[in-house]
Amino acid sequence: MALQSLDIIRRSATTTPSPGQRRTMEVAKLIDVTKCIGCKACQVACMEWNDTRDAIGQNHGVLDNPMDLTENSWTVMRYAEVETDRGLEWLIRKDGCMHCGNPGCLKACPAPGAIVQYKNGIVDFQEENCIGCGYCIAGCPFNIPRVSRKDGKVYKCTLCSDRVTVGLEPACVKTCPTGAIVFGSKDDMLHHAEERITDLRERGFAKAGVYDPQGVDGTHVIYVLHHADKPEIYNGLPKDPTIGPMVEIWKGVTKPLASLALGALAAGAFFHYVTKGPNEVSEEIEKEFKDDTRS
Amino acid sequence: MIRDPEKLDRYTAPERVNHWLVAMTFILLALSGLVLFHPLFFPLSQLFGGGVWTRILHPFIGVVLICFFGSMFFRFRRLCIMTAADWEWLAHSREMMNGDDRSLPESGKLNGGQKLLFWLLVACMSLLILSGIVMWRAYFSFLFPVAVIRFAAVVHAATGAGMIALIIGHIYLAIWTRESIGAMLYGKVRRAWAKQHHPAWFREITGGRK
Repeated sequence: MALQSLDIIRRSATTTPSPGQRRTMEVAKLIDVTKCIGCKACQVACMEWNDTRDAIGQNHGVLDNPMDLTENSWTVMRYAEVETDRGLEWLIRKDGCMHCGNPGCLKACPAPGAIVQYKNGIVDFQEENCIGCGYCIAGCPFNIPRVSRKDGKVYKCTLCSDRVTVGLEPACVKTCPTGAIVFGSKDDMLHHAEERITDLRERGFAKAGVYDPQGVDGTHVIYVLHHADKPEIYNGLPKDPTIGPMVEIWKGVTKPLASLALGALAAGAFFHYVTKGPNEVSEEIEKEFKDDTRS
Repeated sequence: MIRDPEKLDRYTAPERVNHWLVAMTFILLALSGLVLFHPLFFPLSQLFGGGVWTRILHPFIGVVLICFFGSMFFRFRRLCIMTAADWEWLAHSREMMNGDDRSLPESGKLNGGQKLLFWLLVACMSLLILSGIVMWRAYFSFLFPVAVIRFAAVVHAATGAGMIALIIGHIYLAIWTRESIGAMLYGKVRRAWAKQHHPAWFREITGGRK
């Protein structure tokens, strides 16, 4: 939300470089799923800091509440009861924007400057530039952005870019009572994740690992998972997310080429006229009618 | 009002009104669609009151075009049935574009190119309607899985660009073939024009009489 105008590496629907002279540290939020107790303090802190309030919903008989991300709930806890070789496991994942290294939302966005990616890795929506088309929703590999029914703009987690700018950690990190969410430089977070994974492997989670999917050039929200070989069991966390071929075709080199082709067609038509001349009635036929008219 | 009893009636007033309603709506639709097509065209959003208005208006302009184009479809579909002579005409159209129309088979009221354009536009419109519904975030997108929306976006962009190309061609051929814009504006053409460009039609309505 806050405009860090000198730290931008990518800007939606913009074909020239953005002001990016300053060098800032790449940050990441590490969510250690193995330490999460599902208290939802992060959901509350998110709404508190960002001044969003979701409608009071229905009890669906499960802990998930609200059932999905909304324009007011930028993060939700997702609970899964899964049978693994260790028996029944209760897997809880804090869902929200992953702040992709190569963001599909930004690629899909047709409105200049409605989505920016800062040097520190945060992908931020600038709602004042948003036109509400929802292309970002189609571009996102994680199904995160949500259109507001109130103002037609799209909202998602900002990774508390306004807090990070002034040296604070995101609100969810600040409030997490078990230290399951931590924040710092991406290098430090990966290092911390390695330590956690070593610990988990010693405790019998042989497949423990970090979730930092390279298909989207890594993310700036990374998970430590006890079953990193099967991320899908954490309420459908995609195993190998990518922007995908359809969005690449839709937003790739095809459109500039098509624009060029349309221009070339118009120019070609003009030069056809110049070189071949207009398609007129032949002198022969004109003469035939001139002679016969009213005779 | 053109008072010349020698001229031939080519298009009726309702046909002309329908054509120009389609034309005006299509231009608005193409300009607003280009805004969302590539950032190069984003400044065109100013014509519609900004990016948000462009996003709101584009699909509604599409609905208006569906009505006008639909009316035109029912008006012209019989006239546009392709015959063997039309395909033969198309096979020789390159020579005609080079200024040599001697080998062209005689075309009827509409030539093979005009008929083919009609059917290509019908195909484009159908694809644009179907993909456009899927992409209409405010009312319909939530009904479809994201993979379908992505596919629809590609289809919509490709077909939209294709339709703009067809219309650029259509406009150029109308300018290139002198007096044909007058035919669509006033509904009448000179006898010599009819004999030159649509000889079979000329014979049909005049009985060969000049």
